[in-house]
Amino acid sequence: MNASMLYGMCGSALVGIGLYGLIVNPQPLRKILSFNLIGSGVFLLFGVIARRGAALGMGGDPVPQALVITGIVVAFSATALAVALLLRLQEASGSATLSSPEPADPPDA
Amino acid sequence: MSLLLDLWTIVAVSAGVFFFLAGTVGLLRFPDTLTRLHALTKADNLGLGLVVLGLLPRVSSPLAGLKLVCVWLLVMLAGAIGSQLIARVARRSGPPA
Amino acid sequence: MNMPLLVDGSLVVLILAVAIWTIAVRDSFAAVVGYAIYGLMLALAWVRLAAIDAALTEAAIGGGLTGVLLIRAAVRLRPTESVVAVETPGRFVKALAAVLAGTVSAALAVVVLSFPVPAPTLAPQVAGHIASTGLGNAVTAVLLAFRATDTLLEAVVLVFALIAVWSLAPDRLWGGRPGPRYHLEANGMLAYLARLLPPLGIIVAIYVFWVGADLPGGKFQAGTLLAAMWLLAIMAGLTDAPPVSRGWLRVALVTGSVVFLAIGFAGVPLAGAFLAYPAGYGKPLILVIEAASMLSIAVTLALLVLGPPERSAQQ
Repeated sequence: MNASMLYGMCGSALVGIGLYGLIVNPQPLRKILSFNLIGSGVFLLFGVIARRGAALGMGGDPVPQALVITGIVVAFSATALAVALLLRLQEASGSATLSSPEPADPPDA
Repeated sequence: MSLLLDLWTIVAVSAGVFFFLAGTVGLLRFPDTLTRLHALTKADNLGLGLVVLGLLPRVSSPLAGLKLVCVWLLVMLAGAIGSQLIARVARRSGPPA
Repeated sequence: MNMPLLVDGSLVVLILAVAIWTIAVRDSFAAVVGYAIYGLMLALAWVRLAAIDAALTEAAIGGGLTGVLLIRAAVRLRPTESVVAVETPGRFVKALAAVLAGTVSAALAVVVLSFPVPAPTLAPQVAGHIASTGLGNAVTAVLLAFRATDTLLEAVVLVFALIAVWSLAPDRLWGGRPGPRYHLEANGMLAYLARLLPPLGIIVAIYVFWVGADLPGGKFQAGTLLAAMWLLAIMAGLTDAPPVSRGWLRVALVTGSVVFLAIGFAGVPLAGAFLAYPAGYGKPLILVIEAASMLSIAVTLALLVLGPPERSAQQ
């Protein structure tokens, strides 16, 4: 197994770890963290594909690398939006839980 | 000559790694925040400084060597400022439970 | 033992250990710090994969800016942590989740192991046409010449994300200042850092932008550095976040996309297609687009971290 395959295994494992964290952690902030783990695992797989395409003096195929750079920036903006939604949810309803409120207590708007 | 430079790199980087190890052991074993900060600054200053000194003979141009030294100075600056801020919060919140 | 493989193996073990710790630790603040560390280790992995531009971007945005964003959120959400923690699923759901996660990982690992040999690559096409753009860095050439439409759409997506974040403010605070008012301690450590670092950060950012044409670098990394310097000044109290209704702020946000679109549409009569560059004018036009985008990216990223308006514009 050479280095790229090793990082490919790492990326696959990261997607699995992130998926487990997404399902098991009840706090929404932890779910956002796990989602970022899944995303970075997928980007690492892109990196492995880029590295395997090394040719003509370039260290790696530049097209997947450019896609990854775009992806990292867009993933950050999605995280920022998710965090803003979460903070607004906490402000509006008093607690940052994703489960629906009990029928006896209507949530404050 | 190049054998001497290689030897210098090995010795300096190994010494730097030793200080990193010492800082990490201090972080894990010391009892409270202030003593742990004290241990970490050893890793910042001496550890990284020795690693940078060890790498200086191998740079491809004087500008790259200058960049390495700048990295060391910036890490020390960040470490110093961060330690001060953390220490102030630790002192304000009193001894840990 | 193969030395480079040992280095890669140790790095992979470290990355997975920090990732598992981030998922499993009880305190959310510790998990956020773990994620920032994970981002920096991932940047090292990118260097080992010979993708230096991606390493710079991951270290700056993945480790740095995302860390700042999540730390601010974790501190605010601390009172609700214990309340939500009781909703942790039971052992049966955890076992099912582990099985699902393991299956997905195994499937991806099988895909990775069955990658075609020899690997398909677009590097020869890029190398064949890069001379016409006048750039030396293949990744910058792909971002701004061969797949420029993707980069244009991404610039627009960033602005949309910011508008979505702003729309979360209560109606009475629309157009106000984002974030709390940070108290300035004139002789304090943070103010000292905020006076010392931004000039250096701006020089490094301009260097990273300029050198991105031929060496790893570019506008995303430079824009992130500028955003970080501005955020440092705001968080030390040296300057206040501007109200989001300010004209110059909104102009700065859209400048990048507008310049990109204008040059794109100008390419239709001058060079035959949208976002085609006339021969010989490739590099100057690309630098103009990059400069305008760098400014917009810096302002957008900083405002995304600060969040929706929380104070009225007069405060």
